[in-house]
Amino acid sequence: MIGYYLKRIVSALFTLFIIATLTFFMMRAIPGGPFTREKPLPPQIIAQLNAKYNLDDPVIVQYFNYMKGIATFDLGPSFKELGLTVNDLIRQGFPGSMKVGFVAVMFIILFGIPLGIISALKQNKAIDHVVMVMATIGVTVPSFVVATLYIYFISSRISWIPITGLSNPLAYIGPAIALSGYSLSYVARLTRSSMLEVLRQDYIRTARANGLSEFRVIGKHALKNAMIPVITYVGPMIAAILTGSFVVERIFSINGIGRYFVESVNNRDYTVIIGMTVFYSALYIVMVLLVDIGYSLIDPRIKLGRKSGD
Amino acid sequence: MSKILEVKNLRTTFFTHLGEVQAVRGISFDLDEGGILGIVGESGSGKSVTSLSIMGLVDEPGKIVEGEIFFQGTDLTKLDHKDMMQFRGNEISMIFQDPMTSINPAFTIGNQLREVIMAHSDLNKDQAHERALELLKMVGIPDPESRIKNFPYQFSGGMRQRALIAMAIANNPKLLIADEPTTALDVTIQAQILELMRDLKDKINSSVILITHDLGVISEICDKVIVMYGGMIMEKADIKNLFAHPQHPYTRGLLLSIPTNVTGKKKRLIPIEGSPPDLMDPPSGCPFSPRCPHAMEICLKKAAPLFKISETQEASCWLHHQDAPEVSGMVKVEGEQS
Repeated sequence: MIGYYLKRIVSALFTLFIIATLTFFMMRAIPGGPFTREKPLPPQIIAQLNAKYNLDDPVIVQYFNYMKGIATFDLGPSFKELGLTVNDLIRQGFPGSMKVGFVAVMFIILFGIPLGIISALKQNKAIDHVVMVMATIGVTVPSFVVATLYIYFISSRISWIPITGLSNPLAYIGPAIALSGYSLSYVARLTRSSMLEVLRQDYIRTARANGLSEFRVIGKHALKNAMIPVITYVGPMIAAILTGSFVVERIFSINGIGRYFVESVNNRDYTVIIGMTVFYSALYIVMVLLVDIGYSLIDPRIKLGRKSGD
Repeated sequence: MSKILEVKNLRTTFFTHLGEVQAVRGISFDLDEGGILGIVGESGSGKSVTSLSIMGLVDEPGKIVEGEIFFQGTDLTKLDHKDMMQFRGNEISMIFQDPMTSINPAFTIGNQLREVIMAHSDLNKDQAHERALELLKMVGIPDPESRIKNFPYQFSGGMRQRALIAMAIANNPKLLIADEPTTALDVTIQAQILELMRDLKDKINSSVILITHDLGVISEICDKVIVMYGGMIMEKADIKNLFAHPQHPYTRGLLLSIPTNVTGKKKRLIPIEGSPPDLMDPPSGCPFSPRCPHAMEICLKKAAPLFKISETQEASCWLHHQDAPEVSGMVKVEGEQS
């Protein structure tokens, strides 16, 4: 088992190395640089700036220097945010994104899964149709529309719900709804179809024939088996949601990291681009590992670290 | 001898989008206490739906539309879900056809056994565990102390069926319904499972309904047989008479289509020509009439009542009517019955 985790960690580090390398060279391949302006700066200033940030070294030297930094968890200085390093940006922005993301993930799990179960149990009844129509709307309506509607109809009319910022707990509701809308709807649909599939299984009939209560049949025998496709989706989804959203953070004026994913590319802020990519990838890899552990807990046939056929 | 189960004029219909599928069309039978009743018939004859009706487990869009099912005097069709739960897995249990899919892959054998035990008794977890070990021993699972911690995927097909039998007998049911319990197993395991069921039945003192399409299985352990076809009962008989003097053309057809002389000289099987009726639009007369070599005009119009041939044998065929033409081996009966 420990060998398995070691193997996973080594392969994760290797993956991160490849991602950082690819991002590094791809970004340099795009025309323009961090100091390119519509009205060009004088060449002497550019030269000085390049010298300050070592951008005048050969690319390969820059690459080795940068990788050396990453190995010591130093993601380098931002070219755009003066005086701040990429580590600073993450340290400042991530808590905000993470807190909102956490609430959103809670919404998804606490509402998405139960709604899917109810829908499956009441298949083709009115409540099922209502939930599924809502889920379709949730998947199709973009987050900025949800956010705008929320502000217009709710937070701007109810004085004790803040419109922007994260000043009190109620302020999390709006951004979390906007952030979770798509995934919540998707999880509800996924749970419903998975549950319907499981409810048709013979072992569910056996459980009923054994005189178990409907609560146990659904809540124990069906649910555990139905969760496999759901956690497959939910794991990577958590990584995406915890790292915030440019749109949602902008609309609700939240100090998060979502915006760097977009702004850094426009700014050719090389270090921020790679830093964000590596940070997100690391989170993603951890979530995928957790999903794999989750599988082995749900389905005893899946054993971590064993080749199939063992 | 008192009756443990009396089924009266049971009708179960599935209301599908395409129309009503009349799976069981007014059948009546009973089961003596301690008896083993076989229900035979080909696929789609309504035998499984009959057993699910007794368990109250007919799935949507199916429904019992008529009839009564008396279990020790209680009409099961009148019970609500909650009351029925007290019977299932407790007084009446069921063993299903496919042990590979009928057991939950996500929980250990012990977990599932304890759950059934605790659902119908006041035993605590440790006591239920002891009882589970005892049950696994009873059904012949070697080394139960370590096997109880196994997941179903670690069991072979035969062992899974044993585990499912252990669940079914966990609360000493008065009635055990086995729906093709050996169909999915290979022949040597089949024999062992049948042997086991017969032993356990005596040990826990229960009655058994065995559903199968295999007359060989029936001949091995049953004492009475019901032959079903197209959702109706064609013949009811004790085991001896059924094999020696079948009184319905369908039963005769079934017996003729059993391979004999497997090792001796080759002999052609005599199949029953044609296929079973469409239960969405069943024939108004005898369901077997389109395939029956002796079919008469009346057979197409009206299903025959059950003619009482002897104390232990009844058959639903017009050939037993006194005005019917002579067919060798078919007994004529004075007057109609039920």
